[in-house]
Parts: sequence; C-alpha cells; structure tokens
Amino acid sequence: MLKLFKYAFIVLFLLLEGCADKPLNSPYSSLKNKNVFYSSFQERPKHLDPARSYSSNEYAFIAQIYEPLFQYHYLEKPYKLIPLTAERMPVVKYLDKNFVETNKSNNISYTKYIVNIKKGIMYQDHPAFYKKNGQFIYHNLSKNQLKKINSLKDFTHESTRELIAKDYVYQIKRLSDKKNHSPIAGVMQEYIYGFSEYRKKLTDYKDNNYKNNQNYIIDNDIAGIKVINRYSFSIILKKQYPQFIYWLAMPFFSPMPWEADIFYGQEPLKEKNITLNWYPVGTGPFKLTENNPNLRMVLEKNKNFRGEVYPSLLDKINNGKLISKNKDLVVPFIEKAIYSLEKEQIPRWNKFLQGYYDNSGIASDNYDQAVSLDKSGDISLTEDLKDKGIHLATATAASTYYIGFNMLDSVIGGSNDRARLLRQALTIAIDYDEYISIFANGRGILAQSPIPPGIFGYQDGTKEYNHTVFQNKNNLVIKKSIKEAKILLKKAGYKDGIDERTGKPLILYFEATGSGADTYAFLNWLRKQFKKINIQLVTRVTDYNRFQEKMINGTGQIFQWGWNADYPDPENFLFLLYSKNGKVKFGGENASNYSNYEFDKLFLKMKNMENSDNRENIIKEMLKIIQYDCPWIWGFHPKSFSLSHEWFENVESNLMANNTLKYNKINDNIRSEKIKIWNKANFTLMYILLVLLVSFIISVLVMIKKKDEEKVL
Amino acid sequence: MIKYIIKRILYAIPILIGVNILTFTLFFVVNSPDEIARLHLGNKRVTQEQIISWNEERGYNNPLFYNNSEIGLKVFKKTIFYEKSFKLFLFDFGLSDSGRDIKYDIKQRMWPSLAIALPSLFVGLFINITFALFFVFFRFTYVDYFGVILCVALMSVSSLFYIIGGQYLISKLLHLVPISGYTQGLDAIKFLILPTIISVIYSIGSGTRWYRSLFLEEIEKDYVKTARSKGLSEVTVLFHHVFRNALIPILTGVVVILPLLFLGSLIVESFFGIPGLGSYTIDAIQSQDFAIVRAMVFLGSILYIFGLILTDISYTLVDPRVSLK
Repeated sequence: MLKLFKYAFIVLFLLLEGCADKPLNSPYSSLKNKNVFYSSFQERPKHLDPARSYSSNEYAFIAQIYEPLFQYHYLEKPYKLIPLTAERMPVVKYLDKNFVETNKSNNISYTKYIVNIKKGIMYQDHPAFYKKNGQFIYHNLSKNQLKKINSLKDFTHESTRELIAKDYVYQIKRLSDKKNHSPIAGVMQEYIYGFSEYRKKLTDYKDNNYKNNQNYIIDNDIAGIKVINRYSFSIILKKQYPQFIYWLAMPFFSPMPWEADIFYGQEPLKEKNITLNWYPVGTGPFKLTENNPNLRMVLEKNKNFRGEVYPSLLDKINNGKLISKNKDLVVPFIEKAIYSLEKEQIPRWNKFLQGYYDNSGIASDNYDQAVSLDKSGDISLTEDLKDKGIHLATATAASTYYIGFNMLDSVIGGSNDRARLLRQALTIAIDYDEYISIFANGRGILAQSPIPPGIFGYQDGTKEYNHTVFQNKNNLVIKKSIKEAKILLKKAGYKDGIDERTGKPLILYFEATGSGADTYAFLNWLRKQFKKINIQLVTRVTDYNRFQEKMINGTGQIFQWGWNADYPDPENFLFLLYSKNGKVKFGGENASNYSNYEFDKLFLKMKNMENSDNRENIIKEMLKIIQYDCPWIWGFHPKSFSLSHEWFENVESNLMANNTLKYNKINDNIRSEKIKIWNKANFTLMYILLVLLVSFIISVLVMIKKKDEEKVL
Repeated sequence: MIKYIIKRILYAIPILIGVNILTFTLFFVVNSPDEIARLHLGNKRVTQEQIISWNEERGYNNPLFYNNSEIGLKVFKKTIFYEKSFKLFLFDFGLSDSGRDIKYDIKQRMWPSLAIALPSLFVGLFINITFALFFVFFRFTYVDYFGVILCVALMSVSSLFYIIGGQYLISKLLHLVPISGYTQGLDAIKFLILPTIISVIYSIGSGTRWYRSLFLEEIEKDYVKTARSKGLSEVTVLFHHVFRNALIPILTGVVVILPLLFLGSLIVESFFGIPGLGSYTIDAIQSQDFAIVRAMVFLGSILYIFGLILTDISYTLVDPRVSLK
C-alpha cells in the first residue's frame, strides 16, 4: 500500500513539474525552447520524395528541405525567379538540328540550358554519407544490423558532403524511373532530349529482373543532359520551351545524392518504413528530424546550411546574378518548426485562438468569428481577433474553378451554333458572383477567362472583359441579363427550355462528387440557376472514382473542376483547352475535350514566347475565341485568407513560393506572455463539482443508512 | 477444454474466409485497381502509363481470382485475391498502397489506442456498476425513475456532442487540459484525461441501464429472498449476494470486448488527434488505402472471434456449473 502511495506521488509530482513553465492546457511538453514555430497539418503527406510530391501539403515540408536551382523572390510581385543553389540564372542557347549554336529563329531545333551551381553547399548530416576507411558502412545493411534501428535517428554515425552538379542530373534521371511514379515524367518526356529513350532503357533493365535501378541510373546518362564539371551541367530541350525554367524552380528538380538513393533502396530498411519517401535528404535550411505524420512532423535547422540573405524589394538581377540589397546571412530565423496533425477543424481553430499555433487558415465554419465587413464594405478582422493582435493576410490564388461542358456531348458539346448558343446562354444565366458570396464567403474573384490575377494576360473585367457574358453600359462593365440569355436560348432552338425539334423540355445532366450538406446546397443552387432560363438540370452525384471514370470516358455532360498553377505563366492555364491535351483522346488535362484549330495554332505560337506586347495580343485573341465558344462557364479565382499571431513575423503572401519558412520569425517574449494570459486555468467549476460530489456521496450514504434501518425495523 | 478451443478455432476458419471474400469483393467490385491507382497517384498529370506501372508494382495487374495465363497452382496463386487477401491468414499484411509496412504501423499504433481504451473501460465499468447498484438499491422509487430518465437522456445524445462540448468546456473555457494531441510517456496523461472522461460519460447511460437490468434480474431470485429472510441488511444482500452473482454476465461482457480494445475508437481518436488504430482505419478509408482496410477488417474479425472464445473460457472460470465440451 505504501508503495502505491509512493508511485502515485511520483506521478503527480512529475505532472506538476512538467506543467510548471506552461499553462495546463498546453499541448507541448515545454514552451521554454526559443524560436520554435508551431503549426498544424490536416492530412498526412503521402510522399516526401521530390520526384513524386506534387501537392501543397507535401510541398509545405519538402520545400524547406530540398533546394531546386531557382526560387521565387519572396517579396516581389509579379512573381519573379531568382537563383537559389544556382550561381546565376541559366545561360540559354539555341541549337540547330546539328546541335550547333544558332540565333536564327527559323533554324532553332533545340534549346540548351547551362546551369552553374554555387560552390560549398553542404547536405544535411545523414547516415548515407558516412564512410569508414573509405567505405560506406550503411550501404549494405543486413536485417541483423537493423535490429535496434527503427528510425533514422537510431543510426550512430552521420556525415555530409558537398552538393555537386551530378546530384541534379541524378534526380532528373530518377524522374524517368517508372518506379518513382513522377507525375511530370510525361511532360519531361515531351521536352528533354533523350528522356523517353532513357526511360525505355531503364524500364527494359528493370524488366530483366534487375532489382536495383540505382546502378543503371548511376552508370548511364540521358543523351540531352551532360555534367560539364563538378559545378555545372547542361540540359538540351527538344524545342523552345521558356516555361522550363519554372520547372527548374519546383521540388521535382531538387538534387538527389546517389548515396541516399542507394541507402534507401535497401530492402531491410524498407521493411522498417525507412524510405526516401519518408526521410528526405536535402541542402535546405531545415531537416526533418521527426517524421510521425500520424502525430507530428518536426523540422530543425540544418546546421550545415550555408545561410541566405533576407530578400529586399531592392534586390536586382545583374548579368543573371542576384545582387542582394541586404548583406548579412541571417536566414533561417527559426530554429525548429513543429507541425501537429490536426484533422478536425474545431480543435485546430481553438488551439490557434489559444496561441498554440502561430498561424491558421479560416475554415468556413469560423468565417463569421474571424472576418467581418466594415462600414465601407471591406473585409476586416472581427474585434475579438483584432484585440488578440491577430493579422489577416489575403491573396488571390493562381487557381481557377470552373464549370466545364463536355465538348464531345451531342447536346451541349461541339462547335455547331446550336450548342454554342446554348452554352453562351448558360454562361450568362449562372451567377458566379452569388456563388462566391454563398459558398466561398466572398473569398473569390469572378473569372473572365482561365487566367487568374497575377498571371500575364489576366483580364480584370474592367478594360478587358468577356464580351459574351458582360457588356459595357455607361462605362460600367455589367453582366448581361437573363433576358439576353433567353434570347440566345431561343436562337439555339430551345425557346423557354423546350427543344423545338422534339417538343420536349431540355434536360441537362451535371456530374457531381461529394455527399456533404455543402454539396447538396450547391446542387440546389445550381438547379435554380438553370431554372432561370427554364432548363431542367439533373444532378448525378457519385464518388470521385466514378466521376473520374466519366471524365476519362467522356460520358459526363457538365461538371465542375479546378486547376492550380504549376508556374505563373498563361501557358499553364491555356493548355487546359489545347486540343492535344484532350482527356478522352489523349488522357490530358483538357477535361472539356475542347478543340479549336485557331486556338490551337495561337497556343503553339504563344507558348514559346517571352512576355511581350505581341504575346499579350495573341493571348487576347485566344481568350476571345474561348469566351465566344464557351467550353467553360468561367467560374472564379479563389482568394486565400490566412491568419497569424502578432509574434509571427515576416509573413508575406506569396502563393507560388513554398520555401518561405526560412523567412519567418518568432517573437518568443510576446508569445509566452500572451499564452499565459489567454490560458489561465479556471478551477471554479472543478470546486463546484467537488462540493456537489461530496454532498451527493454524503446524502447517498445517509439515505442508504436510513433505508436500511427502516427495513430492519 | 482444449478440444473445445481447437473446435472453436476450426469453426473460425470458414468465418474468416467468408469475411475475407466479402471484404475483397466489396472493394474490388466497387473500385477497380485503375481507380485505386488514380486516387493514389493524384489528380494532376496522371497518365495511363503511370497507372499501369503502379498496378504492376503492387500486383494489381493480375486477375482477381483465377489466372488463365499460368499453370498448376499458380493459376490461383498469381491472383490479386491470393496475393492481397489469402496471405492475411499467414499474418502477412504486406505493404499499404502508399508503400508502408502495415504490420509495423499496427504495432506502433495499437498502444495509443489501448492508452485510451483501457482506462475508459475500467473507469466506466466502475462508475456504471456503482450507479446501477445505487438505482437498484432505490428501485421503483423516484430516485430510480429519475436515474433511468437521466440514463435515457444521456444515451440519446450523440457522442460528437460530448466531444465538442467537452473540448469547449474543459479545454477552451476552463483551460484545464489540451484540446487535442498526444505524446509518448507520462506526458500523454494530460492528453488522455479528456477523451477518457468523455468516453466514460458517453457510456454511463447505456452501461448503467444494462447493469441495472442485470442486478434487477438477480435481485428477484430465491436465494436473495432467503438472504433477506435471514435478516441481512439490504446493503449486505446487494453487495455480498446480488453483486457477486451478477458478476458472471458482467465479466463475460467485458472479456468479449477486451481484444477489440486494440482497434481503438474511430471518432474519439480522430477528434483528439490520437494516433491509434481507430484513426488509422478512418484515414485508410478516406484515402481508399484498401490494403490497410483489408488488414484491419481481418484483424477485427480475428480479435472478435478470439474475444468470444475468451468469453466461453471465462464462463468456466467464474461459474463451476459450466463446462466446455
């Protein structure tokens, strides 16, 4: 019994001791650590291998660890690329069909990019680099050696090495490896000279029962990619493709040391879930020290990081080299970043309000609690949040959401007048302004075309606008009326929604996914929009797999979809309507299966051009064509709202850059002070409950005794 | 008894095969391997070539049940069913569709599940039995009626209400424990307090009513009347006679769910951010990782059957009149 008391006392003591420096409701073991950034993630990242990662929740981590050659300037708008590990912007040369340099635009068959990387960049410490007597001791591990190893931390030795040009080339070769399932392999196949041949040979090698592809990748090269020396390499493209530089700024083109690939390729390690997909190896400002995506992901400062200058709007590119205004190597400011898995929105929001997360988005349920309209109709924070010192940052995402028509459909699709007039009528009838206000809490901008704000060629709806849907009245661009939509419908042969050919009402079908209350509210709203011009809309709700199947087979009629930019160039949006990207015929991203010869011709011309007046004019022409043809109902470009506490500094809205954690700063004093004030424990209820409980027990005992005595008597 | 256990284990085999075939058919009839691949490869720039390669890598390119292109036993072995479902019988759970070793993940995640489930079970048991005895003591009085109404009211409220209400009151207003999260070691206690309290409160309504009915059934029996006629007090009758005899159904009821505690709670773990097997299953369903779902359904069936066998055995231990043949 004494022992029991002793143990109970120890537990209580440890608990109290643990709570001494922080409020009782703190989810962290200590708040004493300085410069720690606390945040959350909703969904565990599926892949941390840069060859494969392609979603924002994965980029949130790997962009802090891996370093591609270029990055987006943190402060400049429109978005601008600057060197990251590259010494300078690449030298671009044009080659004729014999690979001889040429300046004659008619002779250009290939484009060559020559990239130089900075010297002295070191990788994070990692067991894959550790050598003993000149031998890598962790490259041939047996099951026995791994008995006590469950994570990367359990390896006793680590080492590093310098970043070299070969590492970038190695990664590009990895992109071609089928087993890595790189989503951009198809795109690169189209552009990089020798990429598809290499991919084929690599597949054949694998088919011949060689388990490790790494050896092939190390020993064989892609014809168009050449290591020039330790710090430079060249890439030859099969055509002109100015957007290629944007790809070079994406994590796909991060360096991969061959040692890491060999290390993670070992079967016994895979059985322990120690894979490249789980434990990145990079040269960036942070390294992943804890990877438990079911609970927490921890990034810590990479002590081998060379340091970087905090950007300034006065930074310049001179002869391809970045000339920084600031001189001190200060970045990163943060020592550690702890991301906790928070699947449910309620605890996530409350923890942010308690100060336990430094930043947060705004879910639709919390919108009214966070944001209000001020007297002038502008969006601002609510008084409660302002009092807490919370900041709101807004930015329009380089994304577009739309309702698409399947152009292969016999009723709504095709280039005939009847179908086009019907599509035009629907485009006018559907009020996306209302949609933004109801379903996006006003967080969006009405789209005139696929191109979102901040991207070259964007039409803001004032000087340049969609003439099919809008009109200029007294110098004001306003939407055409429902009456005009009905006139178009009549012209199409569907007067009052009745098909003149058959005399039956026109019924259209909308393919929808999802099953929540929001989905049904949206579908009701959509039916009402169609009803405005007397068209009946039947909604076919299905799961995402079935929906995808319908899109691939082209059996759907009308659908809703969206696109997030890979890079800030109009080509990345207009290609969604290029016929050779048709989903049904080519398995591409043109889900509408839109095909227009003129548009295609202009697209091919525009895509290889640098931004210029000429390019802008071509884009205008292209937009005119699609605005007239209406393969989509031009929906909206979402606005992103993010909140941060006053102690979280250097927060800028840059939706193209993913590696921004290094620029953020934490003011620990303000944070700890505020957290203590906001989270003072309140024991009043506990005391009341205790009193009630004691009184209850006493009265029960009295009642039992009384009742028992009554019975005995 | 050993003979009986062997017999029960043999009975379990066709049940497990049935569960296996049912789960397999449900998943592969509803979703083709191509659809699963598309889901895992993402939404952007997925080509048919990538889908084929993804399927090949995971053996999803094989036929479902019978492989015409093979000979001998391979006609059955080189099929998705053999590779993905039959191997479960050897406890070879394989890799999840995202490439992680399932057995390893299960081993890691069962402990947080147990950390919530065990205290919730035992504290809940203690409180429910206490309340049930209290109501039985005051049976057919206003205290009892009020208690039953309270129990029904508690049962009628959704578990989500308790979770959200608990988080709001205890964590947000009173700031006594963290709203959600988990960590290893002793620090985990502060994260377990709230989910345990909520699980216990949620179970009070149904648990108390269940035990109350067990005690009421027992209290009407002849031996209780005999005890009373001997002049024993009601407290003694209740605790020494009724309670001890009602222990048999209580014990067996607890034993049957003991193995299932490993599987955790789907909702509680999800809301409190506890990385147990409950949230593992929910995540797998949401991301359509059928390899994990299959493994978890199979494990659930085995544990349930194991629980039933344990219940039978426990009967013989607590009631000498019962023997297993």
